[in-house]
Amino acid sequence: MAATPRIIVVGGGLAGLSAVIKIAEAGGKVDLFSIVPVKRSHSVCAQGGINAAKNLKGEGDDVFKHFDDTIYGGDFLANQTPVKAMTAQGPAIIDLLDRMGVPFNRTPEGLLDFRRFGGTLYHRTAFAGATTGQQLLYALDEQVRRYEAEGKVTKYEGWEFLSAVLDSKGAARGICAMDLRSMETRTFPADAIIVCTGGNGAIFGKSTNSVVCTGSAQSALYQQGAFYANGEFIQVHPTAIPGEDKLRLMSESARGEGGRVWVPRDKNDKRVARSIPEADRWYFLEEWYPKYGNLVPRDVATRAIFKVVYEHGMGIDGQPMVYLDLTHIDRATLDRKLEGILEIYEKFVGDDPREVPMKIFPGMHYTMGGLWVDFNQQTNIPGVYAAGEADYSIHGANRLGANSLLSCIYGGFVAGPQAMAYAKALPAQEGDGGHAAELARQKEKNEALLNNKGTENPFKIWRELGETMTKHATIIRYNAGLDEADAKIVELLERYKNVNLSDKSQWANTSFAFTRQLYNMLELGRVIVQGARLRDESRGAHYKPDFPERNDEKFLKTTKAAYKDGAPAFEFEEVDTQFITPRPRRYDATA
Amino acid sequence: MAQAATSTRTIKVEIKRQSTPDGKATTEAFEIPYRPNMNITSLLGEIALNPTTVTGAATTPITYDSNCLEEICGSCAMLINGKAMMACSALVDKLEQPIRLAPLSKFPVVRDLAVDRSVLFENLKAVKAWVPIDGTYDLGPAPRQFPQIQEQRYPLSNCISCTICMEVCPQFNDVTGFVGAATIAQARLFNMDPAGSVLKEDRLRALAGDGGIQECGFAQNCVQACPKGLPLTEAISDMGRDVFVQQVKDLFTR
Repeated sequence: MAATPRIIVVGGGLAGLSAVIKIAEAGGKVDLFSIVPVKRSHSVCAQGGINAAKNLKGEGDDVFKHFDDTIYGGDFLANQTPVKAMTAQGPAIIDLLDRMGVPFNRTPEGLLDFRRFGGTLYHRTAFAGATTGQQLLYALDEQVRRYEAEGKVTKYEGWEFLSAVLDSKGAARGICAMDLRSMETRTFPADAIIVCTGGNGAIFGKSTNSVVCTGSAQSALYQQGAFYANGEFIQVHPTAIPGEDKLRLMSESARGEGGRVWVPRDKNDKRVARSIPEADRWYFLEEWYPKYGNLVPRDVATRAIFKVVYEHGMGIDGQPMVYLDLTHIDRATLDRKLEGILEIYEKFVGDDPREVPMKIFPGMHYTMGGLWVDFNQQTNIPGVYAAGEADYSIHGANRLGANSLLSCIYGGFVAGPQAMAYAKALPAQEGDGGHAAELARQKEKNEALLNNKGTENPFKIWRELGETMTKHATIIRYNAGLDEADAKIVELLERYKNVNLSDKSQWANTSFAFTRQLYNMLELGRVIVQGARLRDESRGAHYKPDFPERNDEKFLKTTKAAYKDGAPAFEFEEVDTQFITPRPRRYDATA
Repeated sequence: MAQAATSTRTIKVEIKRQSTPDGKATTEAFEIPYRPNMNITSLLGEIALNPTTVTGAATTPITYDSNCLEEICGSCAMLINGKAMMACSALVDKLEQPIRLAPLSKFPVVRDLAVDRSVLFENLKAVKAWVPIDGTYDLGPAPRQFPQIQEQRYPLSNCISCTICMEVCPQFNDVTGFVGAATIAQARLFNMDPAGSVLKEDRLRALAGDGGIQECGFAQNCVQACPKGLPLTEAISDMGRDVFVQQVKDLFTR
């Protein structure tokens, strides 16, 4: 038994920092690894808010309704036990964040204000302007800095996780990581590790994700024997700003505050948007989904926009874009509640969304799948835990808006204490616990890359990966296309062997680090497309026109991919549906 | 390739490069095919796809910090045509060419356009920029807080730690050891929080003396350069007053 448990947390976003705080508070020692300074983690990009059924608007909301909305929104694919626990803890988590000083918007009476979000009929989303993720991350970052100042947390910022160190019994005994400045590769001992490395948007080339969201760590663990679950469930957010380098998120809170999505009824209408009278506008979401209107869940809104653009040919000026309109809302309200996102649109597009309807289109946004974990956030590798977007556990086939921040904090709050308990009961390691062997394996990979005399540019391989994934594995999926995508990735993996680093230096070599990530992206890409290929049904974000219905009999199951002989091997696991019986998911119903 | 490039529109870029912290700085010139709506980070991505200088010489991709690409993570601050800006929100169409890129000048260069800005995070420790909560267990809601307090705190809480306010400050240098506007603004943010204000005196004392708030020369560069429009000079003047009052108090009571 370890005297003071030593836990490694990988990733300093909301989930990672939540785990760190719980461990430090319980007297454990934490080493926190992050590619970027933790304050620059991707959680800062979350905009709209965080859900919890506080019921401060006299609507009769409660945690069971939040639980039901989440399960129904996820098309019944999520195991219900952890979702029930998360939604039950929601109100206490909001209170804690409030006590940490998060500048949540307030009502005149000084209480937390709540707004509406997709997939619910209640005001359940607490928010700090339209930069809620940033504000929440900072609050946790500050608490971790406090523990750091007290010597309970050691940060390794600018270090990248490469792999877990596994002992002869297959249990974690530490990690292997690389310093992104000195390029030193070494192992670090730990009694348990918690992986909170976010989503994998980079596999799709352009997405709303940050640069570090490559899925590389999850993929490395999958290649070491961890199950990767529900990989095929990828959320495409309905409202993003198309861009040269990325798709910038335009928060669902824009619609939560009354934003309306429309196109001109006449596809040849050349008038300036604001001069088009109401009667000549087609508010297709409100027409098709009268009860939820613009606040249908994201998968539903995304498919609707896709249909309007590609089936009806009604995109603005024939382009793949529709209007997201806030111009009917007064400026003061917009500035008080949405300023952060309005500024993003202004800065990157050049128009003021208070005056001009925004032009938006769906973009890859969120990874519902992830490392398989049990209800204590532990993967199938003993001592390896996962939390946040990196795990698969909460959101099923489609995540509801403003549930991600809650799931990150909840997951970290479970993983931290669970890892501590595991570490306390862990027998002493035999020999070196596998450290020397893992270090040698990783150094060999580094050497192979640096000495490769090939001709392939890694950034070009990445671009091709992104194009094929976006084309075949996002909003609409066909089996022929998925087969094509898998064949393409196999080709790219082959070309990867011939990769050439134009920079072979051993100091702050970002393309070297990227090329290592790229390999892991390719392996994980296969898990996504093959998982989608196998699931011949439509459920949540996974939509196949050839199989338009949900098929509970065959596919009310978790997809689990294991890395066998260099390729994914799949098995399926029953879903825990003990609290809410699956029912048809119909947001177009009016009753 | 070279012929094709001359017939189409291109973007001219000159980048100050340095392979190690102690290495000699050189400048490399690039010509990138033009596309509308490019920003500086997408320009740097194009160079990584084809790392070749304008003379056709093979070179290496540029090292720079970036993450969110939407001006909220604070990573990609650099000098663009001599001005400290975020590279992601700097749009090529609005910049004079050749576009000159250089690392921030007040921080140690790591490589190329990447610099070490960890000093800011150390400063935040010194001023205890946090609310010292009792614990993470469920203790119920925080005290009620009028919207006016939130509306004062929120703008300061939008600081993305980009360090541009420090870069442009004439007083931020080795001689003064000035902590810079960002740290002072964060101290102000936590002093305004009803629970965070329990550490108010510690924060004020940390900002007294050499390198503290007295070093501010009121150049006001910070507030003009801040990409997030933080009310930095207001925060500095409020804190300046509070630090002074604290010093007088301490003179008589300690």
